[in-house]
Amino acid sequence: MNVWRLVVREIAHRKLNFLLGLLSVAVAVGSLVGAMTLVRGNELRTGELLAAKQADVEQAIVEKEKEVAAAGVALNDAMRKITKGLGFNILILPQDQDLNELHVEGTASKSMPEKFVTDLAESRIVTINHLLPIVSKKLRWDEYDRMILLTGTRGEVPQAHRDPKKPLLDHVPAGTMVLGYQLHKQAGLNVGDTVTLMDREFKITETYPERGTADDSTAWVNLAEAQEMLGMQNLVNAILALECNCATQDRVAEIRKDIAAILPGTQVIERGPPALARAEARNKAQATAAAALQHEQAAGREALERETAGRQLVEKQTEDFAAVLVPVVMIGCGVWIGFLALMNVRQRSNEIGILRAIGLKSTQILLIFLGKAILIGLTGALLGYAAGYLVGVSWSDFATTSVKSARLFEPRLLLLAVIIAPLLSGLASWLPAMLAARQDPAIVLQGD
Amino acid sequence: MLLSVTDAQKIYPSASGTVRALDGVSLELGAGEFTAVRGQSGSGKTTLLLLAGGLLAPDGGTVMINGQDPYKMASDARAHFRSTEIGFVFQQFHLIPYLSVLDNVLAASIPTHPADAKQRAAQLLAKFGLEHRLHHVPGQLSVGERQRTALARALLNRPKLILADEPTGNLDRENAEAVLGHLTEFANDGGAVLLVTHDDEAASRAKRTIHMAAGKVVE
Repeated sequence: MNVWRLVVREIAHRKLNFLLGLLSVAVAVGSLVGAMTLVRGNELRTGELLAAKQADVEQAIVEKEKEVAAAGVALNDAMRKITKGLGFNILILPQDQDLNELHVEGTASKSMPEKFVTDLAESRIVTINHLLPIVSKKLRWDEYDRMILLTGTRGEVPQAHRDPKKPLLDHVPAGTMVLGYQLHKQAGLNVGDTVTLMDREFKITETYPERGTADDSTAWVNLAEAQEMLGMQNLVNAILALECNCATQDRVAEIRKDIAAILPGTQVIERGPPALARAEARNKAQATAAAALQHEQAAGREALERETAGRQLVEKQTEDFAAVLVPVVMIGCGVWIGFLALMNVRQRSNEIGILRAIGLKSTQILLIFLGKAILIGLTGALLGYAAGYLVGVSWSDFATTSVKSARLFEPRLLLLAVIIAPLLSGLASWLPAMLAARQDPAIVLQGD
Repeated sequence: MLLSVTDAQKIYPSASGTVRALDGVSLELGAGEFTAVRGQSGSGKTTLLLLAGGLLAPDGGTVMINGQDPYKMASDARAHFRSTEIGFVFQQFHLIPYLSVLDNVLAASIPTHPADAKQRAAQLLAKFGLEHRLHHVPGQLSVGERQRTALARALLNRPKLILADEPTGNLDRENAEAVLGHLTEFANDGGAVLLVTHDDEAASRAKRTIHMAAGKVVE
């Protein structure tokens, strides 16, 4: 027989007193644990939401970056196509060609070796591409009684260091002719017709729609044939080229410098839209895209900050509520435990009297009541933790799976509960237990 | 001498001043003696018993139990002294309601922890005809059985002195006889019994009877 057996037997005998105490501790611990579990759940949910939001924002930015990059590529491509559509815009001419004459006559009168185009193609020049050597001369087409521009071309010369490109102008085979709009329209010529020019026969293989340029009055034949017809074997009047699609401040100057290094006896002029304007347009388009990207990033950051602030506000409100609720519940529980212990002491005064009479020390009487309080605290802590955890898990919007629910289980909190609750329960019962220990047995026994 | 009370004084405060519950009472009780204390209600019998049991300190005089003054001991030492030297039996039994008969008897072993406590408790209960009631709680017992349980508790630690306050007050003749018989047997075995009673029959079992009135021994 020992004091603990007395404690356990008394608990079994006065179940209501024990259960009321137990309920009180369980409610206090449950409130604390429930609140802590909710707060923890909120924190985890916040982290989860923010991570998802962050991922969304990053994904949106990546998408935007892709869009911007794609738009840039599309813009460049469009610019390249537009430029190509405008035709060759670089004209390499013999150095002694009078440019005033060129502009007045529409063709170059001077010539240079055809080999120049090979030199250029075999160089590592990057500032131009689509090299097209031509001979061109304004002459009278007697058979049709009109002035024409005869142009001989061998097609584009591939550059040794570059991947082959789709030619802007197709090769014109020997014995064939391609006619500009005004020529085939006015002469009533069609594809398949055979015509004679300077005593040579040509089969028309293609007729161009109207371009509104000198091309409308041009007849294209094979370069070698044109050279023979014009007495310009191995010579060309010009090499047409297309400047590269690169952003730069003064592209033409660069091209001139590059070509001068390869072909010293030549000069270069630019036709069509100036390179600088193209570069500016491209830079402007890129700046617009970058601004759109920046706007997307700023909007993402702002949305993230708004979400963070909102969640933090909810967390703070929960914490503030818990900070008020938990102490109130714990104090209420302490008072209630003390009251129950006092009632228990008064109810057991005869028992205390006889136990003292048969020799139990005051410390053993103290232990009977504190032991009961500690058991109430310990059992209440375990039950309260379980209840608080379950309530917290069921109320938390984080614990949607068993794995997530398990993340809300905090062993440290459980340990704290099973240490603090018995201590507080014992503390609340301390005064009644002291009253019991100091009770004079003679007063009780004299009542007989 | 197992019990020696010399010129004991006990004064209680009351609404009208003070009440002198014991007024120079002296008493000696040796081994084998069975002494009854009789008197009117309020004559000081129970006060004398509590004072002799180390439960109520006298305001004057001395109390010696088996050669020691319990009131010169610290509270816990005095409690332990009571558990080894004195057995108490009360009119209201003072059994612990939620303990079984066996545990009620064994409760007396909490301060002393004798190795054979359970065996002795079972022997005493068998001797008092309660072997079939070991695991019953007091509420399931007759009054006679309750008093015999209380008597077994009083005897568990083999005390030298039994202090009994109206032990037969609530019992029928048969049960009273049984209890008085056990007390007599205890005294015959070398113990000392101080019995406070109103009952002539109970008093007649004592070898000596002391009469009290107004806190004094008058006869």
